[in-house]
Amino acid sequence: MNDVHKEKGTNKSLSLFLKSSFIVSAVIIVISSILLYFTFTFDIVPPILNRGIQPATFPKALLILIIVLTLITYFISLKNPWKNEKKLPNSFYITLLSFVVFITVSKFLDFFLGIALLSIIVSYFWGERRLTYLIMVSIIFPLIVFVFFETILGLRFPPGIITNLYYG
Amino acid sequence: MENLGLIFAPLFSYKLLIVLFFGTIFGLILGVLPGLGPTTGGALILPFTMTLDPLSAIVLLTAIYCAGTYGGAITAILINTPGTPAAAATCLDGYPLAQKGEAGRALGMATVSSVIGGIASVVVLIFFAPLLANLAYEFGQPEYFALAIFGLTMLASIGEGSPIKNLIAGAFGILISTVGKDFMTSIDRFTFGINELTEGIGFIPVVVGLFAISEMLTQSTLINQIFNRVALKAVKLPSIDDYKKTWKTIIRSSGIGSFIGVLPAEGGTVASLIGYAEAKRWSKKPEDFGKGSIEGIAGAEAANNAATGGAMVPTLALGIPGSATTAVILTGLIIHGVRPGPDLFREQPEFLYGIFGSMLIANILFFVLGFFGAKIFARITLVPNKLLWPMIFAVSVCGTYSLNQSIIDVWLMLLFGVIGFFMRRYGFSVVPVIIGLILGELVEGTLRQSLVIFDGNWLMFIQRPIALTFFVLSLIALSFPLIKRKKKNDKV
Repeated sequence: MNDVHKEKGTNKSLSLFLKSSFIVSAVIIVISSILLYFTFTFDIVPPILNRGIQPATFPKALLILIIVLTLITYFISLKNPWKNEKKLPNSFYITLLSFVVFITVSKFLDFFLGIALLSIIVSYFWGERRLTYLIMVSIIFPLIVFVFFETILGLRFPPGIITNLYYG
Repeated sequence: MENLGLIFAPLFSYKLLIVLFFGTIFGLILGVLPGLGPTTGGALILPFTMTLDPLSAIVLLTAIYCAGTYGGAITAILINTPGTPAAAATCLDGYPLAQKGEAGRALGMATVSSVIGGIASVVVLIFFAPLLANLAYEFGQPEYFALAIFGLTMLASIGEGSPIKNLIAGAFGILISTVGKDFMTSIDRFTFGINELTEGIGFIPVVVGLFAISEMLTQSTLINQIFNRVALKAVKLPSIDDYKKTWKTIIRSSGIGSFIGVLPAEGGTVASLIGYAEAKRWSKKPEDFGKGSIEGIAGAEAANNAATGGAMVPTLALGIPGSATTAVILTGLIIHGVRPGPDLFREQPEFLYGIFGSMLIANILFFVLGFFGAKIFARITLVPNKLLWPMIFAVSVCGTYSLNQSIIDVWLMLLFGVIGFFMRRYGFSVVPVIIGLILGELVEGTLRQSLVIFDGNWLMFIQRPIALTFFVLSLIALSFPLIKRKKKNDKV
């Protein structure tokens, strides 16, 4: 019997840690604490030159404020729990992954190719199967945007295997 | 007052009229498309405005603002999805009325009340902005600091969602503004050895990320959603009977919207909810609300469009944005070298009154375009998300890259997109982040300069009457949600 109670108690405390309000609050507090640590590494103006407050004081105050407010939010959530969010579908993770693909391709291969690849991945996995539309959204439209920005705004895109062909 | 004649100047400039026309059309398209709206659209178009002179650029942005706010009603009425957050209250009665086969009547009422609300708010802007600017002559650094704090606390208390979460989001926005070289000492803060960050984080990557990219991620979770679209034959002007039922509501909501707009908050969204609630409270038939009440549509639409002019008052007079979209317009002004504030009213009246006049014309233009073109604009909602969002991504990436020609900006945009998605998922509004980012420099700058001027004396903030007034108002704003909650609990 005692074991059962113990198990139930363990599940209850475990579920408390799995609640979105706990996870979100923990993430905010951890990130804020790391940033707060970094504020102690900022250069300091020597007292003889210092007028007003140090450059690190204001961000420190902000981070402490964020941590305190997050704690308040968390304690309020114990009384008024946040609504349960639905599980994220696969299409979300694929879209997120396409961002990683875009960053990698645009950094190491080509900016335009990165946009084209992301467009085709997103469009395909969101349900588009018609080849003409896939070509339109991944090649023709980005090309129009590319040329538009290049000619109207005089923008020079970063070098890459396709962009270099365009610039000759 | 002698400058009132300048309001009509845009009518005699074919260039401004063309800009207004395209701005209105673009605004309507952005308003109609769920998830976009004038804030994201304005941010995306900002790089293009660099090819225009300052007045044309701001006229374009304000036309997008006015028309985009109205455009949200078309989608709200026809597919029960607000094109913009400000049109959320319009869904409540617009869609049920459309389902009864009266989509044209619902859109007609939305169009007329939006135009009346919009024009009323421009009148408020014309008369109040110079008065507020005159008052701002009395402001020193401590007053501006207190004002910025007041702006942020107002945002927390009357903005949507939890006030504490709004405050966290606002503080996060201010924190973003501290990245880069400290403006007083040139000491690096949060740059992590990345050279591109020494200049700080730009406004565009944050706005486009928080609005456009986070919305793209949100849409990725809704790809199986099916919209029931109501057919629209034609937009109908409201009947005499409709006017009789709604004229008081329209006037009341125009006043509410203009007032809410002036306060630094989420502008149209809050205004439309209050406008709708008040319309219901004063209605002879409150039981019809939610079932297709014409008063409900008028109350929400007059209020959200009235907030546009109201939100421009603090933006132009004080440099404090009244809403997320006016934060984009404020950035547009700064990019073009125009510094909002009292000096602008004294030195460049033709510029300001040109904006006022353009807003008036934009309201008339979206009336005409909305009335005759709503059917065409409604068809834009048929563009499937699987094609639309990759295209928006391409424009977002190129637009963000174009301002500083920096790939880091593009990565930051994606990062803020992910942050924005999770913020929205867990009930944090992204609007306070934008306002915090815009006000961040002002908050820190005025605080530190005040301390330098007054030799580190913190008490001077409460020894100066105007600053003290703003602090007291901030305290009231912060305690307002607590009082509201207590009242609600007492009622229960």
